Amino acid sequence: MQLVQNVPFFSIMLAMISAVVTPVLPRRAAKWLSVGMVSAVVCLHIWFLPFMLSFGGSYNYMMGHFPAPWGNELRAGLLETVIALALSIVMLLSQLSGMNKLQRQIDTPKQGLFYVMCNLIMAGMLTLTYTNDLFTAYVFIEIMALSSCALMMARQVGHTMVASMRYMILSLLGSGLILIAIALTYNLTGHLLMENIHAVIARYAANGAYALPISVIIGLFIAGIAIKCGVFPFHMWLPDAYGYSTSAASAVLSSVVSKAYFFLLVKIFYRVIGIDVVLSDMALNLMLVLGVLSMILGSIGAIRCLDIRRMVAYSSVSQMGYLFAWIGLGSDVGVAAAMFHLVVHALCKSMLFLSVSPLCDASGDSKRFVDLRGAGYRYVIPGIAFSLGAMSMVGIPVLGGFFSKIFFAEAAISGAGWVRITLLAALALSTLLNAFYFMHTVLGLYRKPREGFVRQPFIKSRLTAVTLSVFGAVNLAIGFFAKDIINLITTGIQNLA
Amino acid sequence: MGDILSLLWTHLDVTVAILLFGIGFTTLLLHHNLIKKIIGLNIMETATFLFLTSQGFIAGRAAPVLAEGAAAAGYVNPIPSGLVLTGIVVSVSVTAVMLALTIRLYRRYHTLDIDSMTLMMKGEDE
Amino acid sequence: MKKKIADILRQRFYGDESPLDEDMIASLGEQPQGLTRSSNEALEALEGVRELRVQRAQEQEHEMYRQIHAWSYSSGVKIIQRLYRILSAVTCFGIVMFLLWTVNTLPPFGDPGNPDNNEVAARYVELGPGETGAVNMVTGMILDYRAFDTFGEATVLFTAACSALFLLKLHDHKDGKPTKTWLEAEYDDRFHEPKNDQILQFAAKLLTPVVLLFGFYVVLNGHITPGGGFSGGAIMGAGLILYLNAYGFKKTERFFTYRTFQWVTFAALLSYAGLKSYSFYTGANHLESGVSLGVPGNILSAGFILPLNICVGLVVMCTMYVFYTLIRKGGV
Repeated sequence: MQLVQNVPFFSIMLAMISAVVTPVLPRRAAKWLSVGMVSAVVCLHIWFLPFMLSFGGSYNYMMGHFPAPWGNELRAGLLETVIALALSIVMLLSQLSGMNKLQRQIDTPKQGLFYVMCNLIMAGMLTLTYTNDLFTAYVFIEIMALSSCALMMARQVGHTMVASMRYMILSLLGSGLILIAIALTYNLTGHLLMENIHAVIARYAANGAYALPISVIIGLFIAGIAIKCGVFPFHMWLPDAYGYSTSAASAVLSSVVSKAYFFLLVKIFYRVIGIDVVLSDMALNLMLVLGVLSMILGSIGAIRCLDIRRMVAYSSVSQMGYLFAWIGLGSDVGVAAAMFHLVVHALCKSMLFLSVSPLCDASGDSKRFVDLRGAGYRYVIPGIAFSLGAMSMVGIPVLGGFFSKIFFAEAAISGAGWVRITLLAALALSTLLNAFYFMHTVLGLYRKPREGFVRQPFIKSRLTAVTLSVFGAVNLAIGFFAKDIINLITTGIQNLA
Repeated sequence: MGDILSLLWTHLDVTVAILLFGIGFTTLLLHHNLIKKIIGLNIMETATFLFLTSQGFIAGRAAPVLAEGAAAAGYVNPIPSGLVLTGIVVSVSVTAVMLALTIRLYRRYHTLDIDSMTLMMKGEDE
Repeated sequence: MKKKIADILRQRFYGDESPLDEDMIASLGEQPQGLTRSSNEALEALEGVRELRVQRAQEQEHEMYRQIHAWSYSSGVKIIQRLYRILSAVTCFGIVMFLLWTVNTLPPFGDPGNPDNNEVAARYVELGPGETGAVNMVTGMILDYRAFDTFGEATVLFTAACSALFLLKLHDHKDGKPTKTWLEAEYDDRFHEPKNDQILQFAAKLLTPVVLLFGFYVVLNGHITPGGGFSGGAIMGAGLILYLNAYGFKKTERFFTYRTFQWVTFAALLSYAGLKSYSFYTGANHLESGVSLGVPGNILSAGFILPLNICVGLVVMCTMYVFYTLIRKGGV
C-alpha cells in the first residue's frame, strides 16, 4: 500500500486529534489550529485526487489488523474523494469568512469550544464520506448531531435555542430511526460492513426472501436522513436555526452537515442495499414525494419571508428537495445530477449565508429587505458575491446552478410516465419561484436606500472580502468545469456500486 | 387471529420493543412539556436497545466471557452487546445535552412548554 | 390574538434582560469586597431581596399560566391542537401496526440458526482470545476488532460534555470580580449544598473509597470479567458525585476543577487516538505492530486493551461528573 492511500485515514485522525487538543489551547491558537487542520485536509485531498484518478476504481482501508467482515474499514473511491474535497473547501472558506463576525457574536471564553465543534463536524463529515461500516456511520451521525446543535446555539439568543431544542428532538428521532434500520439490517444479514450486507441482501433479493423487512429498512433510512436534512415536513427548526445563528455556523450547517448526511444516504443505497433493489422498491416513492413537496413549499416559504437570512434558509429547504426528488427518480442519471447539484449547492449556499451577514452589517445590523436597499453599493464585494450566488441558484447560464438545472432536466426527461411530468413541472415551478425571490432581493440590493435611512459606520474586514472573492471564483470555476465534474461524478457512481 | 398472536409470541422481544417504541413515540408527539418529551425519546431509545440486544441471544447459551476449555458453540453472539453499549453511551450524552438545553430555555422563558416558548420567541424582535 | 399574548408574555418575562432586579444590584454594590468564592455572608445579605423576588416570580408564573391557559382555549387553536393530537395518535398507531406486521417476517427469537449468528460472531468467539488477548469477548470486540467505533463513542461523550459546557458554563470572574450570573448560580446552589448532614457525610466517607476502588477494579478487569471502561467509569463518576453531594463544592474543588477535566480528557483521548492510530496504520499497511498479547486471562495481557480501557474509564468518569456539576451549578 502506498503512502498516498493513507490520506482518508490521516484526514479523519487529524480532525479528531485537533478536536481533542483544542479545549486546552488558548483561543487564538484554537482558531488557527482549526483553520490549519482544514487546510491540511484540503491539501491532502489535492494530493489524493490525481492518485485516485490514475488508480481507477476503489480500495478498502483496514482500520486495524482484521480484514473485512471482522474489523472496521474505510473505503476510498473517486466519488468519495470529490465530495470530501468539495466539502472541505466549503468548510475552510466558511471558517475564514465568518471568523470576524463570530468574534463579535460569541462570548469570548466560548470561542474555543466553537472550534472544537467545527473540528468534530469536519471529522464527522470525512468519516461519513469514507466509512465502509454502517455502525461507524451511526456513531458519527450522533457526533455530527451533537456538534451541529452546539454550533447552532453558539450564538445564544432565544430563536437559536428554541430551534436547537427542536432540532435535537427531531434529529434524535431521525437517528433513532436510522439505528432501528441498522438493527434490522443486522438482524437480517448478520453483517455491519457495507459490502457483506450487500452480498447477503442481493442473495435475498434473488430468491425473494425478506422482501417486506427490506422495504421497511429502505423507508426507515429515507425517513431518518430526511429528518436530519430538514426537508419539507421536518423543516420547522431550520429557518430559525439558520436565520439567527452566526454566519459561519449557518454556512457549515447548511452546506457541510446536511450534504454529508445526504451523501451517506446515497452510499447506503448503492453500497448497502444495492441500487437495483432500491430502484424496484416502493419506498423510493417516499423520497420523490418528500422532495417535490419541499421543492415547492420551501420556495413558497422563502417568498413569504421579510428577512433575508430566513429567505436563504428556506431556499435551503427547497434545494434539499431537488436532491431528494432526483434520487427518488430512480435512475443513475438522476443520481449523477443530484450529486453535481450537491457540490454546486454546498459551494453556493455557504457563499450566500456568508455574504448576507456583511451586507446586514452595512445596513445598520438589520436583516429586513427594506433596510438592505442599496447595501450592494455600501459594501461592494459581498454584494457581488450574493448576486453571483443568487444567479447561480436561479440558473443563469455559465454558472454552476445552470448546469445542474440542465442535468436535472435531462435526467427527468429520461424518466418514465407521470414521474417525468411531475418532476419537470416541479422543476419549472420551483425555478420560477426561485427566480422571483432571488432576483427581487438582488435588485433590492442595488436600489436607492429607503427614505430616512441613516448610514452607520460598520467594520469592513479584509479577510471576509478576500474569502468571498475566492468563493466567487470557485463558483465560477464550477460552471466552467461543469462537464469535467459531471464526468468525474458519473465515473465515481459507477465505482460506487 | 390466533395465528398472528402465536407469531407475535415467537417474536416476543421484537413485539415488546415495538410496543415500547410506540409508547415513546406517542409521548414524544403528544406532550408539550420538554421533560416529558425527553422521557419519550429515552423510552424510544430503550426500545431500540431491547430490539438490538435480543438479537444476540441464543436460547440456552452463556454470556461471551470465555472460560478455558469450553466449546465455542456455548456462547451467545457478542456483537449486539457491543453495539448496545455504544448506543447507551450515545443516549446518555444526548440526554445530558438536552437537559442542559432545557435548563437554559427554562431560565430564559420560565416555562417548559415548547409551544408557549415558541410564542414568546416570536414576540422577540431579533 | 397570538401577537398580543406574545407581547404580554414578553413584557412580563423577558422585558428585563437580567434576572436580577434593581434592589439586588444595589445590594451587590454595597458589599463588593466580601464577595469571594467561598464567602457565604455576602450571599446571605441578599436573602431577603431574593425571597421577595421568588414570590414575585411565582405570581408572575401563575399569571403566565393563566394567560397560556386562556390562549390554549381560544377556539381556533383548540381545533388545530385537537387535529394535531388525533393525527399524531393515528400516525403512531399506524407505525406500530405496520412494524408489528413486519415482525412476523423476521427471524425468530433466540434461534441458533438466525442469519446474524454467522461466521463473524463465530470467529469472535473461537479465535477472539488468540487474536486480541481478551477473555471478555464484548470488550475484545469493541476495543480491538471494532476500535474505531469505540473511539467515536468516547468522542460522543467528549462532544456532549463540550456542548453542555457551551450551554451551562458560567464564567465566574471578570477582572477579578464575580459576575452577577455567577453569584446567582452560587446562591441557587446553596439550596443543594449539604448542611453538615452527619449521616450522609459518614456514609459518603465510608462508601466513596469503596465505590472508587470498585470502579477502578471494573476498569482494570475489563478484558477478563464483565465490565470495562464505560461501566467502570460510570461507577467512578457516581462515587465522585456522591462525595460532592455529601461535602459540597469546596471540598471537591481541591482535587477536581475545570482544568482537571480539561487535561484528563485531553490526555485520555489523545492517548487513545495515538495508540489506535498506531495500530490502524500498521494494520492497514500490513506491518507488524509488535504488541505482545500476553496470556489471555492475566491482568497484564491483551495488548492495548488495558490502556484503552483506562483511557475510556477516565473520560467517562470526568464526563459524568461534569454533567452533574454543570446541570447543578453551571461550573465545575
